[in-house]
Amino acid sequence: MAEEIERDVMEFDVLIVGGGPSGLSAAIRLMQLAQESEQEISVCLVEKGSEIGAHILSGAILEPTALNELIPDWKEKGAPLNTPVGAEKIMFLSETGAVSTPQMFMPPAMHNHGNYIISLGNFCRWLGEQAEALGVDVYPGFTAAKTLYNADGSVKGIQTGDMGIQRDGTPGPQYEPGMELHAKYTFFAEGCRGHLGKALKAHFDLEKDVQPQTYGIGIKELWEIDPAQHQPGLVVHTAGWPLKPDTYGGSFLYHLEDNQVAVGFVVGLDYKNPYLSPFEEFQRFKTHPKIRATFEGGRRISYGARALNEGGLQCLPKLTFPGGVLTGCDAGTLNMPKIKGTHTAMKSGMLAAEAAFEALQENAESPAAELTAFTEKFNNSWVYDELSAARNVRPSFKWGLWVGTLLTGIDQVLLRGKAPWTLQHGHSDHETLVHKDKAAPITYPRPDGKITFDKLSSVFLSGTNHEEDQPIHLTLKDASVPVATNLALYDGPEQRFCPAGVYEYVEDESKQDGSQRLQINAQNCVHCKTCDIKDPTQNIVWVTPEGGGGPNYPNM
Amino acid sequence: MKILVPVKRVIDYSVKARVKSDQSGVELNNVKMSINPFDEIAIEEAIRLKEAGTASEVIAVSIGIEKTQETLRTALAMGADRAILINATDSVDVDIEPLAVAKLLAKVTAEEAPGMVILGKQAIDNDMNATGQMLSALLGWSQVTYASKIEVDGDTLNVTREVDDGLQNITAKMPAVVTADLRLNEPRYVKLPNIMKAKKKPLEMKTPEDYGIDVSPRLAVQSVVEPPARAAGIKVESVTELLDKLKTEAEVLS
Amino acid sequence: MSVLLVAEVLAGQLNKDSTAKALTAAAQLGAVDVLCASGGCGAAADELAALQGVNKVLCADDASYEYAMAEPMAALILSVADQYEHIVFPATTSGKNIAPRVAALLDVMVISEVMAINGPAEFVRPIYAGNAIQTVTTADAKKVMTIRTASFDSAAEGGSAAVESMAVVACDAPVAWVSNEVQESDRPELTSSDIIVSGGRGVGSEENFALIEALADKLGAAVGASRAAVDAGFAPNDWQVGQTGKIVAPQLYVAVGISGAIQHLAGMKDSKVIVAINKDEDAPIFQVADYGLVADLFDAVPEMTAAL
Ligand SMILES: Cc1cc2nc3c(=O)[nH]c(=O)nc-3n(C[C@H](O)[C@H](O)[C@H](O)COP(=O)(O)OP(=O)(O)OC[C@H]3O[C@@H](n4cnc5c(N)ncnc54)[C@H](O)[C@@H]3O)c2cc1C
Ligand SMILES: Cc1cc2nc3c(=O)[nH]c(=O)nc-3n(C[C@H](O)[C@H](O)[C@H](O)COP(=O)(O)OP(=O)(O)OC[C@H]3O[C@@H](n4cnc5c(N)ncnc54)[C@H](O)[C@@H]3O)c2cc1C
Ligand code: SF4
Repeated sequence: MAEEIERDVMEFDVLIVGGGPSGLSAAIRLMQLAQESEQEISVCLVEKGSEIGAHILSGAILEPTALNELIPDWKEKGAPLNTPVGAEKIMFLSETGAVSTPQMFMPPAMHNHGNYIISLGNFCRWLGEQAEALGVDVYPGFTAAKTLYNADGSVKGIQTGDMGIQRDGTPGPQYEPGMELHAKYTFFAEGCRGHLGKALKAHFDLEKDVQPQTYGIGIKELWEIDPAQHQPGLVVHTAGWPLKPDTYGGSFLYHLEDNQVAVGFVVGLDYKNPYLSPFEEFQRFKTHPKIRATFEGGRRISYGARALNEGGLQCLPKLTFPGGVLTGCDAGTLNMPKIKGTHTAMKSGMLAAEAAFEALQENAESPAAELTAFTEKFNNSWVYDELSAARNVRPSFKWGLWVGTLLTGIDQVLLRGKAPWTLQHGHSDHETLVHKDKAAPITYPRPDGKITFDKLSSVFLSGTNHEEDQPIHLTLKDASVPVATNLALYDGPEQRFCPAGVYEYVEDESKQDGSQRLQINAQNCVHCKTCDIKDPTQNIVWVTPEGGGGPNYPNM
Repeated sequence: MKILVPVKRVIDYSVKARVKSDQSGVELNNVKMSINPFDEIAIEEAIRLKEAGTASEVIAVSIGIEKTQETLRTALAMGADRAILINATDSVDVDIEPLAVAKLLAKVTAEEAPGMVILGKQAIDNDMNATGQMLSALLGWSQVTYASKIEVDGDTLNVTREVDDGLQNITAKMPAVVTADLRLNEPRYVKLPNIMKAKKKPLEMKTPEDYGIDVSPRLAVQSVVEPPARAAGIKVESVTELLDKLKTEAEVLS
Repeated sequence: MSVLLVAEVLAGQLNKDSTAKALTAAAQLGAVDVLCASGGCGAAADELAALQGVNKVLCADDASYEYAMAEPMAALILSVADQYEHIVFPATTSGKNIAPRVAALLDVMVISEVMAINGPAEFVRPIYAGNAIQTVTTADAKKVMTIRTASFDSAAEGGSAAVESMAVVACDAPVAWVSNEVQESDRPELTSSDIIVSGGRGVGSEENFALIEALADKLGAAVGASRAAVDAGFAPNDWQVGQTGKIVAPQLYVAVGISGAIQHLAGMKDSKVIVAINKDEDAPIFQVADYGLVADLFDAVPEMTAAL
């Protein structure tokens, strides 16, 4: 590719990568501060989705703490928080039955009174409008493809992705080179497993003092159900079946407005059996006798998946480096026992905004290189307190569901998160798979086309698409590894953990000897990032495809 | 010569249209909306004519809700010089019919006096395939539909049209209304600085009343439903049986 | 009041298939007069007169109607429009070119691609590329519409209507026909072919695709492919049928070694008759196929080619 080409350059005070709750909150906060002190500040936000919200997938129950701070009059401004949480249930499922936990034994972190069931995608669309109204330059459809560095090693900004490159890597007739966006500070708010964030963590060794991050994959569907089954505000969480006790995970089921129900399933990516398919576990979950009725006679209207951080405080990297910061889930601010990361992502963005604004106040021309004030603000904020209280919940589940539940009970209900110990996670998620000969194959039931579905008809509902004639954005460090290692030792687990049917092992026609090759259907990708996390050989590297590609989630 | 390019805001082509359960229409809330792909091609063609020196100014015009400004900003970012939005409804669910649109466009044409109007051959939402033809009728201008190639030659337009059995070459006297087919061109990617510039380009807000046009619909939508699912047929035992059925039962082979 | 059906006659040649189908639809609305306008269209008029359900044929034989340019055609139709409540066209590119023009000149809305007629003023039509079906009623006194021919059967032969010649209407036509370019290829074009044979990943290799092509050639069919077949390099890109490929609706679609993913179905589910040949009896393609053959394609396809 023509590396030498002159790229157009635009300069900003602050550049934000990613239009999720974190990036948008940061952008809004910066503009608010500038307006309060009657100053000009230029803020640019790029988002790889075709529009703000298109790539956002969450539960979601919103704890409105950060929102109340950011936009206290959100109600008047029409924020889409329409369904207050009502009744709540937690169920432990066995194959045929269910035991509900009385509310009083639920850890306080799991109480949702005062929270709202929302579509995070719609909420982000609304935040995007607020940001634009305040004067932020919001550019959906543009990816941050590469981090740019100054001569002194500090981050200079990013380069947006090239458009119109053909499959073979050469520029096509519509070729439009990406441009350089430079800024005094660049905020990386790409969400969980951001691809620039990942490289920055390595480049600046931001994780040297912390444990490896752990993740989960969340798969979600949106349903329109029989009005007789609908109970706006109802929140149901389950643990147990269909997962084995040694696998961390569970479901959520939230009743929104308009007879819609968001149902999702989270599986910890430290699972061991390469034959496990998070997608199939989710499909199977919906057939549980206590769950099934909700969906009978209903209509599935959307589908998608997204990885989430589960590591918490002990995995939080250093947040700053010269020229930039990591915010929200790009850093890993999700509160796992609450399964909530939106309010903390927002708050971290707001704190970064405050730190950056102060630094620009001090010296507009050449402000301090590293925003260390952000870390201070963060450590003194309620986000830190929350994450600290939550830090022992997820690691305790490495001993399985029952021990985890017991320890969580002690830690959260009795000690309220103030235990004098901090549990360790152990391994990185890509290290946990056992070889195929040590694992039991799992047979999943066939989809019935009514309540359970196959992957391809699911992906159809994500609205995902990628221009076909572009380089494959699921890159392999070594093309021989999939067959030689992933297939040989793990029976090709990427076929199962990818929720979009991107990876298929098919017969290699060119060899005529029945040997296999890995077929990558990049067009199907829903940008969940699971492959980048779980690939046992870490051979798959997710990079940004052409801007605007990927899912087109409605209200996910 | 000015060129007028009408554009419509429609559900993005990659989004599957979902019928509402009350059968009143297709869900348009919170779905990605984009410029109608055929209109994008029309804009591209107009801009290319401007870049080639044939046209002097490209004016994008749309009829719709206030948010259609976004669609017009896309046209401006691609390279249109200015835009007009005729705000004809407040509801995403109201589709202004091609006849009313054509009447409004005829008025805009009278005011702006372009030498050519280029628009998409059809909108991918209502699939009417009518606005260009109607506008041409109302203006009494040459009607040039389904163009896959156009070439301005003085006051003549040389056109290749996509017709059922291939291509048709015609000549048309200017002024003309041209509707763009898929193969007319491949629209460019919008550049980031141009999106910024587009924010500063003029966008005039109008209403149908400004033009004295009644946009009330002539058609009343009784229901919108999903197409019936195809039912599974039968399994045949052999090639012979298959061919036999295709000949005698389905009558698709002779 | 009766119905005027505008026949598709180009260079004197009747497009009998689409016109006869539109006639079936028109006949549901009342007695049908058929307008036959082109240069040297006497024979076409006679053919039309022989279709059942035609009341009379109005024949305007003049060079200015040779290629059915919208301006002279609309002027001609307008000269008799006051006698008709419904003006009907087949939804071909020619019909769709003229109908909206006529409607605008009459100050009525056009109703495009009618797939069912519920009454004199209530019509069913596809929107969103067939992903939704709309029923509309019209308040306009005159109804101008195009008929989606795939939704109606052809009117039968055996009529004996009178042919009346019709006065030419002077029109200073601003558009002139120059030439037609007929497709050079030996095979019909994918999107307009009546029969399509498509191969999927089951075909196995580029060489094996010759089996698909041989069957297609025997049937006079176009060749299509699934994305998996295209991605594997068995077939060129522009053969791809589906969500991101071509959308087709032939009379007969033969899917060979294609599993029937929804993205493929999105491109061919409106075909009149679907045949599936697949060795997996649970393949989803069988849920939409009118005729399914569970067989190894390497046996079935050559056998079929040989039997034709
Ligand atoms: C299944 C599931 C359920 C959840 N439930 C809840 C819940 O109930 N309550 C709750 O509070 N939280 C919940 N969360 C967590 C919550 O969604 C996240 O914590 C939150 O979205 C993080 O916000 P963010 O802004 O950091 O990142 P994200 O929301 O991931 O946003 C990042 C944005 O950046 C864009 N982007 C990424 N990389 C680039 C790039 N290189 N260039 C340009 N753009 C880029 C992405 O497209 C995306 O729009 C859930 C998460 C999941 C997956
Ligand atoms: C955004 C997006 C867009 C897409 N667009 C398209 C599109 O436009 N068109 C498209 O086709 N797909 C598209 N797809 C891909 C689609 O989801 C499927 O992956 C694809 O259609 C599968 O092709 P296939 O049926 O040939 O392959 P497979 O699913 O692998 O099926 C092969 C079939 O061949 C059968 N078979 C194998 N050997 C034999 C034999 N010897 N005899 C008989 N049968 C045999 C097998 O039983 C199997 O059913 C898209 C996907 C996405 C996500
Ligand atoms: S390819 Fe990777 S990022 Fe894309 S959907 Fe599959 S697992 Fe997720």
